[in-house]
This record gives sequence, C-alpha cells and structure tokens, in this order.
Amino acid sequence: MHELAIAEGLVDGVTERLPGRKITSVRVEIGALSGVVPDALRFCFALATEGTPLDGADLEISEPAAKCECADCGLAFEPEDGRILLCPCGSANVAVVSGQQLLITSVKVA
Amino acid sequence: MCATCGCSPLSDPHQSHGSHGQHEPHEHPHDHRPGEEITLEQKILAKNDGLAQQNRAWLRDRGILAVNLMSSPGSGKTTLLERSGRDLAGRLPLSVIEGDQETALDADRIRDAGCQVVQINTGAGCHLDAAMVGGALRALYPPPNSVVIIENVGNLVCPALFDLGEAARVVLASVTEGTDKPLKYPQMFRSADLVVVTKTDLGPYVDFDISRFGAYIGQVSPQAMMIHLSALDGTGLPLWYDWLSSRIPTAATAPMPRVSTPD
Repeated sequence: MHELAIAEGLVDGVTERLPGRKITSVRVEIGALSGVVPDALRFCFALATEGTPLDGADLEISEPAAKCECADCGLAFEPEDGRILLCPCGSANVAVVSGQQLLITSVKVA
Repeated sequence: MCATCGCSPLSDPHQSHGSHGQHEPHEHPHDHRPGEEITLEQKILAKNDGLAQQNRAWLRDRGILAVNLMSSPGSGKTTLLERSGRDLAGRLPLSVIEGDQETALDADRIRDAGCQVVQINTGAGCHLDAAMVGGALRALYPPPNSVVIIENVGNLVCPALFDLGEAARVVLASVTEGTDKPLKYPQMFRSADLVVVTKTDLGPYVDFDISRFGAYIGQVSPQAMMIHLSALDGTGLPLWYDWLSSRIPTAATAPMPRVSTPD
C-alpha cells in the first residue's frame, strides 16, 4: 500500500511550501504509468491528512494518459495498454515521454 | 530573517534568499488571500527524491556501487547475497542493507556469510525509502570502492516507486514463479537495469519457460540485461559478479573469483 507513503509525501510537500495555512483543496496529477492507484490514494489521503492543515481538504485527481516516443521509427503515440509499451511499428524500444508523473499541481487556501 | 519582508527562512525552507543578500522571489504564506488557488507544480515525492540524491552523492564520493535488489518474497535474494558474500570474500567487499517488515533473521544469515550488514525493519511499511537507506548507510559506513546491496522488502509493487539513491536496480524472479511475472508487474520490471532469473537448478522440475520469460522482459523492459543463475550449484554466478565489479565507480583492483559453471 505505497499510496499511504504518497499521501504523506503530499502532506509534507504542501505544509512545507505553505506552513501554517489551512488548505481546502489539493489538485494532483497521477500519470497513468505512475504506479499509483487513484482510489487507493483517495482512501489514504483521508488518513494522512488527519490533524494536519489539509484535514478535510478536497482531493482532485487528474490522470493524464501515457505518452511515448518510438526510438526506432520516431513516432509519438499514446500506448493502448500501460502494461506493454509497444509502438504501432512493432518496436518495444520506446521512451516514456510522460505518464509517470506524481505532481502536486495546485492548492486552495482557506 | 528576510530584511525586506520579515519572513523567516526557517518557516520557508523550499526557497532561500540569494547568497549575495538580494531579495529573491519566494512563497509568503501570509500573502495569499482566503480561497486563492496557489500553483505549486512540485513532485509529490520531492522529499524522498532529494534525500535519494544526497545518498547518491555520498556513495559516489566514496566510489561505492549501491544496488537496489527487488523481488517478490522467496525469490532467493538473501540466498544469492549469502553465496555472493562467501564467494567474493577477500576480493570485493560486499555489505548489505536488509529490508524486512519484521525480524533480523536475514541480517543474521548475511552476517554469518561474512558481510557487514544493517537490518531495517519497516513494520507496517511495504518498501524502503531514501531516509531509511541514508540512516543505514551512515551506520554501515561501507569502505571505499566496495559494493552495497540494498535488499528491499519482498514486494513487486511498492518498492518500484521509491528512489533510494542506488546506481542500479536489479529485479529477481525465480523459476518457481510464473513465466508471466514481467507482464503482471510491468512497473517493477520496467525500472530494472538487470533482471536475474534465480533457482535455475529447479528448472527441470517446474513449468517455467525461460525463453518466453525473456521475450516478456524484451517487451516490458527492452533496456534490461538478463542473467540466469543458481546460487545453489553456482551456474551463472560469474556473470553476476562481473556485472557488479564492472559497475563500481572506480575500478576494482582485486581479480574476480572464478566459479565453475556447468553451462
């Protein structure tokens, strides 16, 4: 259940940037290839924020799709399956351009 | 304290004033109006990543190779390290950071094999993080030009997300596990620099298709190298030792041990 550690990282990140401010909502970006399950993060967010300035804050999660680029044919594409990153040309030699991000994009203060 | 606005840098650790005393822009929590949306655009794991970079610099300065060893429980991580410690004794100093939820049983095994070891018990935690490894490195204090293996908690999911400051990631899979493991846990295998298939001595008794497994690795993690070995009969171990010694930041001076291998 690494989502608990992710939720704790989120609380640390926000409280260090805005010490002492009560937070009413948090927007995060959880890439499709990040390995984090949004529902599990929502569950852990409630636990991790208890007694912190983020207690009771809304959590808005956006889930950007994976974007890849083929090292063999140069095609930029969105893989259909996050399991195997296969270019339509058949090559598995692809670089992940985005989709692995775990970002705090913004917060609202009370 | 900031002379311009009076805010304390201690309460504002993410940004600091310039070294020449000029007032650079930084966050003032008191400046934001109620209801205001503040853009942060920062990594959730920034704290862990920062500590991992500190570990990486600490290791690099000492010419130490750190390897993050990951697999499901029971794939043979500790057995491989016991055998490696014994085979490399007097040739390549090997020390180990052991991660387990509970007990020091693995640390005892590694110590009996002649290696320096520090045990981390994560309790409820399912993975090691950079802060735990930083503390363990300072307790272990490995010698320069040596290898530190960080044996992560047995788990093919969570450890993949946490940078520990390692130079390389090694993922083990034993022949007693399914051939399709790389497809079931792509996140973990995708992050691997080296995939090690263990317990090959059991090959004749189990339904493990090593060529299909290799094809799956090629699909999920085309950059990863692959080694097949048995810590029991010694097959493939020289490849593992060569892989380790060739990655030590400054060249290892001692010759590598030779282990007989029935190919």
